[in-house]
Amino acid sequence: MAKKEYKILSPTAILGYGFPAESFQRGIEENPDLIAVDAGSTDPGPYYLGAGKAFTDRLGVKSDLRAMLVNGVKKGIPIVIGTAGGSGARPHVDWCRAIIEEIAAEENLKFRMGVVYADVDVEAVVKGMKNGDLIPLDDQPVPTEKEIRECPHIVAQMGPEPLQKMIDKGCEVILGGRCYDPSCFSARPIAEGYDRALATHLGKILECAAIAATPGSGSDSVIGILKEDSFILQALSPERKFTAQSTAAHTLYEKSDPFHLPGPGGSLDLTDVSFTELGDGRVEVRGTKFVPTPKYQVKLEGSRCVGYRTISVCGTHDPILISNIDTVCQQVKDRVEHLLEREHAEGKSQVFFHIYGKNGVMGDLEHGDNALPHELGIVMEVLAETQEQANTVCSITRSTFLHYGYEGRISTAGNLAFPFSPSDTPMGACYEFCLYHLLDVDDPTELFSSEVFDIDGAKVVKAE
Amino acid sequence: MKTLPEVAQVIRSKNSSPFKLTLDIIFKDREVFEKVQRENLLNAEVIAKAYKIEPKAIEKVLYFPPAKAVKIGMSRTRKSGSPGDTDVYGAQQHAPLLTISLDI
Repeated sequence: MAKKEYKILSPTAILGYGFPAESFQRGIEENPDLIAVDAGSTDPGPYYLGAGKAFTDRLGVKSDLRAMLVNGVKKGIPIVIGTAGGSGARPHVDWCRAIIEEIAAEENLKFRMGVVYADVDVEAVVKGMKNGDLIPLDDQPVPTEKEIRECPHIVAQMGPEPLQKMIDKGCEVILGGRCYDPSCFSARPIAEGYDRALATHLGKILECAAIAATPGSGSDSVIGILKEDSFILQALSPERKFTAQSTAAHTLYEKSDPFHLPGPGGSLDLTDVSFTELGDGRVEVRGTKFVPTPKYQVKLEGSRCVGYRTISVCGTHDPILISNIDTVCQQVKDRVEHLLEREHAEGKSQVFFHIYGKNGVMGDLEHGDNALPHELGIVMEVLAETQEQANTVCSITRSTFLHYGYEGRISTAGNLAFPFSPSDTPMGACYEFCLYHLLDVDDPTELFSSEVFDIDGAKVVKAE
Repeated sequence: MKTLPEVAQVIRSKNSSPFKLTLDIIFKDREVFEKVQRENLLNAEVIAKAYKIEPKAIEKVLYFPPAKAVKIGMSRTRKSGSPGDTDVYGAQQHAPLLTISLDI
């Protein structure tokens, strides 16, 4: 007997980005089998994983979760959230968990919640590094033990399996730490016997919600309908539709190779995929294959603190300074370095000038002509070993630049326009991605710990 | 000769990881895409020239017929968000592609 259709409602591309209530409601009226949302990304950079902070706002996340929980729990629709808090380490997961518990108390909701953590013990990573089990991606070096230990949080991207363990425990709401993006969509249907390749490919599209539709949007809901040998994509807002072109084009998005999409346990092979328009704004996709890797591998992520930053924002409208900006920046740097040396300033520091109007956006890749702009925006970026040292070097760089007597200067009262007082902003710790490596595992669930909670309004009881 | 913006509906850049950039060119017209693919008009040399970098810095040029698209892979000059980086998302590194002209 052919399997029934399995409908997945994806409210938004990132939990906290919001969605129109009407679209979401249309999705609920379709009686979905699952509401799932991806809450994370490495796009916003290394800071959020390293610092244990969310890149989305609490109010936005709470608003999205409220609609999902109130509708899902009352109608008995399971909910799965992947990469809680944006980066999916323990502080991110606990942040999201607290928001869920707050909503349950406010809305008097009763459900069982499974929480799966993705944090990997630093000793296990160091051991993996020493045994040669860390497989670099994207030409990155294997980190040293010191660098690994400088990562405050190391997470692994879970496949569907650790989330599926929560289904077995009767969890209606599953909150995942760092997940491979499709896992929150694919875990339940795969557990119900749907094809892993199709469920994963569908998850890959649903994790971006309406971005794959046309016109695309990262903050609108869509539905994915999984069938035995295909899946269908359906927009939930009348102004959007899926086309073969929009769906195929999305396969490119943020990927280095649109034919082969690697993930935990294996790769999706899209070589023979077909995208067929059904004539009603829906697209049917078939032909995806899943090619398992000989050994199950998970991707580790970690960012380490490389110092502290202070920045200062300013600009210039002086054509003489503008025509000599590179030379003047170098001279200012040299003078600051000389002063720091003379005063035996502690610690190492680096100064970067971001010159907007010249090469502020593209840096070393800048290709443009050398026509002089009428004004330049300047961001001074200082990195040092402590915040105090960064503040000091930024302050000296700013004041040196402001009054520097560059060659040909006729504007002698000050070289820079500062929009703000105070002019300098301490930015806190600066992180850099250092772990982005594969690790072999014997069991897809072995790195991931979990907890189960029975929630009844404001009452939260740990189930085991 | 036509410029890329005349024949493409999408020209964009984005991180494909914290260390890599991926550039997408999606053509408006299938025939144009097929001619570009057949004659390999968008190759590492053409793209490198637009960026004024060495052709070997262009690590990948892939034609993806289902989307009438060409995908280009290259390394970021700095890791996303690391000191001195200029574009955390890598979303504004596409402009040199707009200067390319194709013999079509």
